Amino acid sequence: MSLRWRQLKESDFVYYFFRDPVAYVSFAILLVLVISAFGAPLFAPHDPYDQTTIDIMDSELPPAWKDEGTAKFLLGTDDMGRDMFSTMLYGMRISIIIGLGAVALQAFIGIIIGLLSGYIKRFDTILMRIADVQLSFSTYMIAIFIGATCQMMFGVANYEKIAAPLLILIIGLAEWPQYARTVRASVLAERKKEYVEAARVIGLSKIRIMWRHILPNTLSPVLVISTVQVANAIMSEAALSFLGLGMPQSKPSLGSLITAGFEYIFSGTWWITIFPGILLVLLILVINLLGDWVRDYLNPKLYKG
Amino acid sequence: MKKGIESMKTDVLVSIRNLVKYFDISGGWLEQLRFTGGRISRQEVIVKAVNDISFDILKGETVAVVGESGCGKSTLARTVMSLYPPNSGEIYYQDKRIDQLSEKQLKYYRTRMQMIFQDPYASLNPRMTVEDILSEPIHFHHPSMTREQVKEKIIKVMKQVGIDPDWQDRFPHEFSGGQRQRISIARALTLDPDFIVADEPIAALDVSIQAQILNLLMDLQQENDLTYLFISHDLSVVEHISNKVAVMYLGSLCEFGETEHLFSNPNHPYTQALLSAIPKLGQRFSHTRLPGDVPTPINLPPGCVFHTRCPYAREICFRQVPQLIKEDGKTAVACHGAAEGWLK
Amino acid sequence: MSTLLSISRLNVDFALRKSTLRAINDVSLTIEEGERLGVVGESGAGKSVLGFSIIQLISKPGFIASGEIQFQGKNLASCTYEEMRSIRGNQISMIFQDPMMTLNPVLTIGSQMRETLQAHRQISTAEADRICIEKLKKVYIPSSEKRLKQFPHEFSGGMRQRIVIAISLLTDPSLIIADEPTTALDVTIQAEILDLMLELCESDNMGLMLITHDLAVVSQVTQRIAVMYAGTIVELGSTALITRDPQHPYTVGLLGALPQRAARSKRLNQIPGVMPGLAKIPPGCPFSNRCSLVEAICRSTRPALETKQSGIQVACHMVK
Repeated sequence: MSLRWRQLKESDFVYYFFRDPVAYVSFAILLVLVISAFGAPLFAPHDPYDQTTIDIMDSELPPAWKDEGTAKFLLGTDDMGRDMFSTMLYGMRISIIIGLGAVALQAFIGIIIGLLSGYIKRFDTILMRIADVQLSFSTYMIAIFIGATCQMMFGVANYEKIAAPLLILIIGLAEWPQYARTVRASVLAERKKEYVEAARVIGLSKIRIMWRHILPNTLSPVLVISTVQVANAIMSEAALSFLGLGMPQSKPSLGSLITAGFEYIFSGTWWITIFPGILLVLLILVINLLGDWVRDYLNPKLYKG
Repeated sequence: MKKGIESMKTDVLVSIRNLVKYFDISGGWLEQLRFTGGRISRQEVIVKAVNDISFDILKGETVAVVGESGCGKSTLARTVMSLYPPNSGEIYYQDKRIDQLSEKQLKYYRTRMQMIFQDPYASLNPRMTVEDILSEPIHFHHPSMTREQVKEKIIKVMKQVGIDPDWQDRFPHEFSGGQRQRISIARALTLDPDFIVADEPIAALDVSIQAQILNLLMDLQQENDLTYLFISHDLSVVEHISNKVAVMYLGSLCEFGETEHLFSNPNHPYTQALLSAIPKLGQRFSHTRLPGDVPTPINLPPGCVFHTRCPYAREICFRQVPQLIKEDGKTAVACHGAAEGWLK
Repeated sequence: MSTLLSISRLNVDFALRKSTLRAINDVSLTIEEGERLGVVGESGAGKSVLGFSIIQLISKPGFIASGEIQFQGKNLASCTYEEMRSIRGNQISMIFQDPMMTLNPVLTIGSQMRETLQAHRQISTAEADRICIEKLKKVYIPSSEKRLKQFPHEFSGGMRQRIVIAISLLTDPSLIIADEPTTALDVTIQAEILDLMLELCESDNMGLMLITHDLAVVSQVTQRIAVMYAGTIVELGSTALITRDPQHPYTVGLLGALPQRAARSKRLNQIPGVMPGLAKIPPGCPFSNRCSLVEAICRSTRPALETKQSGIQVACHMVK
């Protein structure tokens, strides 16, 4: 164990990581955000889901440093009287869960399709044309279509219950071709290498060669696009919520919080929109910066050039 | 190692008969459409990599295939190993035809025939430890073997190729090029094959490491009774290690015969040019210049494929493909000039 | 004959994360005018770094730590970037292993050649074209006027290397540094290129530094050989002498490892082990951990390059 730890400490990865302030500062911020999001029940001063603690009389209170603000609500309250700070933490948790879930689904579908179409020639044309068709629809178009249909089918009340898994499904289905294309491209590069021929000379089956030999060697580009895709998925979710097709107000994500506050922004109640907005931008920014760094690290030609 | 060849005449291990391998590189049918002369037509682009090659490999001998890049020698090796299906022709292993077998039927022959590759950096899966790499073929072909038996076998082959068995759980990147090539050889040996195809096994290595690997291959041949098909572009290596040489040019066999005889007495004009181009230590060379470049294997010249560059070419060479004819019992030559006696 | 290039006590270092590694260790050598010198060694021996450091093209963490490189009255080791640019590609040309490293795939041969020429000389385009055609003829490229308008991909590998040679000849350099110029080529083409280089050097009295791993190639073309091992020159002397009767145990081993020297089907004479990485070069003689003649002094003191009885300069305690 200690040996592994020492190896990690001496590795290039750690060395370059700590030499790049953008990388470690982004990582530190992301770490704080993720911990506070998933530890929301511990850290948040209020529970926005608990109706009994919410008082409508507290609605639209400004942040604590304003004249009318109170120390009880650090960043003020929203139109329903919920504490902004707590609601944002819970909302960020939902946003991150949806982002990760959607990316896991994208990766699952995309990797399988990419492997098949890269390694088995007769699947290639048909699978890639399906991917092209899928890509030619905008994510939002599909999402709006499915989201609106589901809201009609289940009714608004029931829709609230299935909103999170549904969003994961929609965003996941809409973006798998990114993965499929990346994986296919690196499968095409890997399959020409001699270790794959060596596996064929041993007599291994196609499935086993794909799974055990090719797949592990295509994972670094997958890792790189995953970071960008998580950021994209969180953005997609925020955009859908903004359009009213995302998370409901009772269980708000960062996107639905921004929407909710948008109605009040011209009446001077800016904090309901601005704080979740800043948090969303910060979250997306650090994920993307980290993603860029990982890409540069894994592609030394680009990095050291 | 060099046994009497006369006494082993019947002991043919691998036999290649009229082997032809083409590659269609024109892509899908949409990409094959060409617009020429006001009409749309479909054109297939076919690389004729191996054209009608036949020879036998006897038990215990080393047959080398030499030729310049693009002559089809690697394609020949991979077709013999059933990595590519041949377009026509036959491959026999101990008189059993193997070129039409399914992967399942081939399973037994996979244990008999193994392959060593050129690039020691690409031929080992970078995500697998040495133990994984070496145990995979054993687990696959002998699932009944116990963990201890597999371990024993791995240690044995690692010792045989000169890699410390304590390094089993290391990854390929922790080894030097020569050591990786040893691991690649060890992988081929785990199944105790009789026949090994070595595709340029030393081309990517440094001179002093080349010698180590060549020595290893020769030792293993003696210890394990191996038969080699040795693919190389390096004629001095071929001269050193092989019993027989097949010279290839543009997918065709020019000359096939015993190494010593062929090197001292090359008959085909291409073999002559090739041999004269080997840089020799300490002597200024006077090599035979060949005019022009190698034609593409997409449009093979009619007749003898070498006639575009042959200094002796006559009218017959432009229209008739020369047959491989045994000259004097020791070499066979595919050349009209040699057959009709007007060469030289 | 006067001295064209004189390298004395050159050290080239690579500044890495944890330590500074010495890639070229105390190398001194000279090339006379019109002389052809071969630099031989295995990969990692520092032969390419030596070639690159002469024209200050060593890539980043590498730098010249100390030493002098005298060329036509200038010390190249302390030249500014601008001064170097007027020498590089002008008086000293370089030929690389892969012709596509030198040739730009999207420009015609003619425009690339003209560009090189006009970068160093103030001449008209017509005059430049005339010189380009003259040089292409010199490297035996048929119908050179037409060829000027073609792109690199329209040529075969051997032709491309000829064009690279023609480009290197444009400014009539007095020294050509060729780094593995024939390694990527087939034997028959290799023989032609070597022939051509030999002919050009002799006709124009050009100096040549031929960097290669192939002893046989070097013995065809050069008059003197420098054998490099782990960043140092271990043997330096006339090609004929060294190929006939090598002195340093490493050179002996290297020559013995060549199949053409050995009896057929017999085991080759192999040097045990591998060349150490720069970080693991043993103290004393760098070859001491693989040498069969090793004694106590080899492990403690680094041998200097000295002229021995044979007339060859050898860095070895054991050779008299």
